[in-house]
Parts: sequence; C-alpha cells; structure tokens
Amino acid sequence: MLLETDTISQLDIAQIRSDFPILNEVVNGKQLVYFDNAATTQKPRQVLDALAGYYEHTNANIHRGIHHLAEKATAEFEASRRRIQKFMNARLPEEVIFTYGTTDGINLVAQTYGRAFLKEGDEIIISTMEHHSNIVPWQMLCEEKGCVLRIIPINDAGELLMDEYEKMLSEKTKFVSVVHVSNALGTINPVAQIIEKAHAVGAKVLIDGAQASSHIDIDVQALDCDFYAFSLHKLYGPTGVGVLYGKEEVLNAMPPWRGGGEMIKEVTFEKTTFNELPYKFEAGTPNIADVVASKTAVEYLEKLGKEAVADYENYLLEYATDALSSIEGLRIVGTAAEKISVISFFMDGIHHQDIGVLLDQQGIAIRTGHHCTQPLMQRFGIPGTSRASFAVYNTTEEIDRLVSGLLKVKKMLG
Amino acid sequence: MTINEKQDELIEDFALFDDWENKYEYIIDMGKQLAPLPEAYKTEENIIKGCQSRVWLHAETDGENVKFEADSDAIIVKGLVSMLVKVLSGHTAEEIAQTNLYFMEKIGLHQHLAQTRSNGLASMVKQMKTYGLAYQSLNG
Repeated sequence: MLLETDTISQLDIAQIRSDFPILNEVVNGKQLVYFDNAATTQKPRQVLDALAGYYEHTNANIHRGIHHLAEKATAEFEASRRRIQKFMNARLPEEVIFTYGTTDGINLVAQTYGRAFLKEGDEIIISTMEHHSNIVPWQMLCEEKGCVLRIIPINDAGELLMDEYEKMLSEKTKFVSVVHVSNALGTINPVAQIIEKAHAVGAKVLIDGAQASSHIDIDVQALDCDFYAFSLHKLYGPTGVGVLYGKEEVLNAMPPWRGGGEMIKEVTFEKTTFNELPYKFEAGTPNIADVVASKTAVEYLEKLGKEAVADYENYLLEYATDALSSIEGLRIVGTAAEKISVISFFMDGIHHQDIGVLLDQQGIAIRTGHHCTQPLMQRFGIPGTSRASFAVYNTTEEIDRLVSGLLKVKKMLG
Repeated sequence: MTINEKQDELIEDFALFDDWENKYEYIIDMGKQLAPLPEAYKTEENIIKGCQSRVWLHAETDGENVKFEADSDAIIVKGLVSMLVKVLSGHTAEEIAQTNLYFMEKIGLHQHLAQTRSNGLASMVKQMKTYGLAYQSLNG
C-alpha cells in the first residue's frame, strides 16, 4: 500500500508508521487517517516506552532528594534540558525553561518581562495571524499597563506585509511577539528579518514556535530572538511540556512569576531570595515524566533528520495542494510562498463543521473551525475553515482518501 | 403523540438504515426541510454558541404548550436540531422539563451531544429544558 510513497522519500515511511501504534486504530469502521497534526502529533512507541519506563524505574521528585531514584530522576530531567538546548541551539542549558506549553511560556513573558519593563504608551507589535495564545496575554498586559497593541497586516495569500511592519516600528516599540509559522495557514514568517528590525529600535522579540518546531530547524542564536516558545506535544512528544527559551541576561533581569518550591534560594517570613536560572521560573514539582520523555521525542525526530522530514512533508503538501485544487468549489486559504504542511480550505456553500462530521464518519480526522485565530478568520471574511495538516507518518494514499472523502461530502450536501 | 412515542418513532425510522451514508443523508434531509426561522428570531439572545456552528432557539408558550423553533448554520446540526424540535415542541412545560431524551443515543448519534462536538447541541437541550422549567414556574 505504501510503495509509491516509500520510493519518493529517503525515509522509510512504512517503518515510521509502525512506530505509531495509534495509526492502527479503526474509526467508524475504517482505518484512521490522522490529519490533525497541527493540533497535536501522535506519539511513537519510543516516547510511550520512555514515559512508562520512567514511572517503572525512575520515578522520584527531583533536585532535592539524596536517594538513588531522586538522583536518577534529576539526571534524566536535566539531560532532557540539555538535549533541548542542543535541539534549538541555545547558548546555555539555563536558558531553557520548562513550562506547560507554548501558551504558558508566552504568559510567563507577558507577566514577568511585560509587567516589569513595559509602561503606559509603550507599543507591543503582534500580527493578524496570531493564535489567541499570542494575542490575549498581550491584551491583558495592555489593559493593565496602558500599552498599545499594534497589528501587522497580511496580504490575501496570508503573508505578513513587511513594509507595514517597518512603518510601525519606532522608539515607542518595546516588544514584538510574532508566530514563526501560522497554525491556520501554514505560512512561514521571515522571523530573522522581524527580529533584526525590532532590535534596531531596541525592542525585545518573542517568537511563538508552536507550529514551527517540528517542521523547520530552530536556531535561537542565529535568529537572535530574545524569547522562543514551543510545545513538545506538537513534536511527537507528550502533552503538558513546553519550552521557553530566553536569553540569559534577559531572563536574569526578569522577576520570577509563580512562587513556590524549587524557585527559591531561602525563605523566611520576612524575605525570600530566589533561585538561579532556570529554577527561578520553575516553581513547584514540574511535569517530570513528560519532560524526560520529551528528550526521546526530540531524538526520534532528529534521528529521522529534520531536513528529510521537511522534504517529505513538503512533498505531501504539494501532492495535497494539487489534489484538493482539483475539487470544484474548494478554495485553499493561505497560499504563501513559504509554507509548512498545513492546508486550510473551504468549500462553497458547505459549513466546515459538516465537512468535519462527514469525514469523521469515514475515519478521517481533520480540524474545523476558527483554529483559535478569530481575528485572522475575520481578515478573510470567513467563520472558519477545514484544515488538514500532515506529519511524517502520513502518506499520499491517505491524501487520496481525503480527496474521495471530500467528494462524497460534496455529493451528500450538494 | 407523547414525547416518548415521538422518540420511539425516530428510533424506528433510523433502524432502517444500515450504513452511515443513508443515516446522514436522512439527517441532512431533515435539516433541509426544517422550516426557516424568521430572521426576527435570529437574535443575539436566541443564539446558542458552539465553538464551530451557531444554533438559534426560539420558544413561546400559549399558556399550555411550548412551541420551539430553531435553526443552525451547519446542515447536520440543523437536522439534529429539527429532531429535537420535533420531539419536544407542542408539549407542556412540565413534560419538557421532566423528559428523558434517549433517542439520540439509541440512534447512535449521542457523540453529537458530547461537549467536544462544540456544536451547541448539548447547550440547546439544556436550554429547551430550562424553558420548560421557566414556563412551568410561570404556569405554577
């Protein structure tokens, strides 16, 4: 069945598929086709084994215990930090803060850096294609501090208007927070350029890497961003683990956020002194097992090779773009020149929810709705889209099933 | 017909279908046949927001029976809505408030009432019963 796809890529897709037990699930009588990877990817056996293995052989609370398991758990937790440091080419392991996800990381920055250093009249720049997670934390900050939120517009293809961005920049600009890759459109933004221009006016920059991290190489030193946030669950890893990268000097200047254990040096009722990086920002018992298994997820992806994965995903994107374009009345939303393997579309006269329900009946999982990007949907004048997003274990045969599934939807609703 | 007789009738109707396509085509047909809700009733007040599709529900009572009218922008949800209207409309507030809706589950459509469906149907059922309770206390 997978022969055709196999020969296209240097990756052994059949072998990769066998690593993901969930792909054998039967949904409504049909073998599952999972095209909701932009929401979360499935997890390979290796990650599942790492999770179970941690609880079977290692589980203990970290950093303080002196017994064998506590030391082992601490070593594995910190090994994961160093592995992720390498994955994103951070200068120091202390610059890698474990969070609960991308949203958590952005909130951390808004609530610490933002509250400490931004003041009335300061401008924060985001873009039209932000996920609500990179809108709402800044709106909350603006409300509290009297800052002004400015929005980079986009063109009809779903690309940022860089000229407009440059016009917005001034000495008032204190923070820029933009998405590396749009979850709803797949657009890859020119973040290096965005960062450089922001730094030229003295603004700090956060990059929301939730969608980017599993598809493109992340090098935070080359990008020179001040912050970079992503989630491991979109990268074949467990849910509940995020990473916030921050430059050491910026993180050191920031006040802590959540108070509790781990993040303190000394506590008296009169005064508490805070721990060093990264623990200053990791109050409470962290999500140890999932952090440990995240190392396995990163290693899994890097063993396949990010470039080979990206090449194969691009191949799927091109194949799907051609195939879906052949359906009459189907329009793709988001046609940027630089895209990852995400296709948002709508069909004339058919509500996206009906598409989702009828594809689900055929065992095909896609995402429908506004994708937590309501302002972006408003920009396109639509209530929502249907979105198919591909990962390394998907095949052209599955895309064929999507196409015939959509033709059936059209027939039933026509 | 009582509410339960109507529910049983729908269950019988659906028993005729042996595959998902026929079942959903029937739902889609019911959606298409549902009398359009007058624009005047498509108010912000009558809207039951799901994450993905919108459902409007209008209720009125003549003092004895409650009449429901509804609509949705998604056709499958509209079909499901039309079944709920068919089953509950024209009954007393008390009957509506106390009814046990079992037909969706028997037909195998209960997943549409699950919260994850984000289609506002679960909220719609709750709202219909709330109308029942409200009119009941008015009558009482």
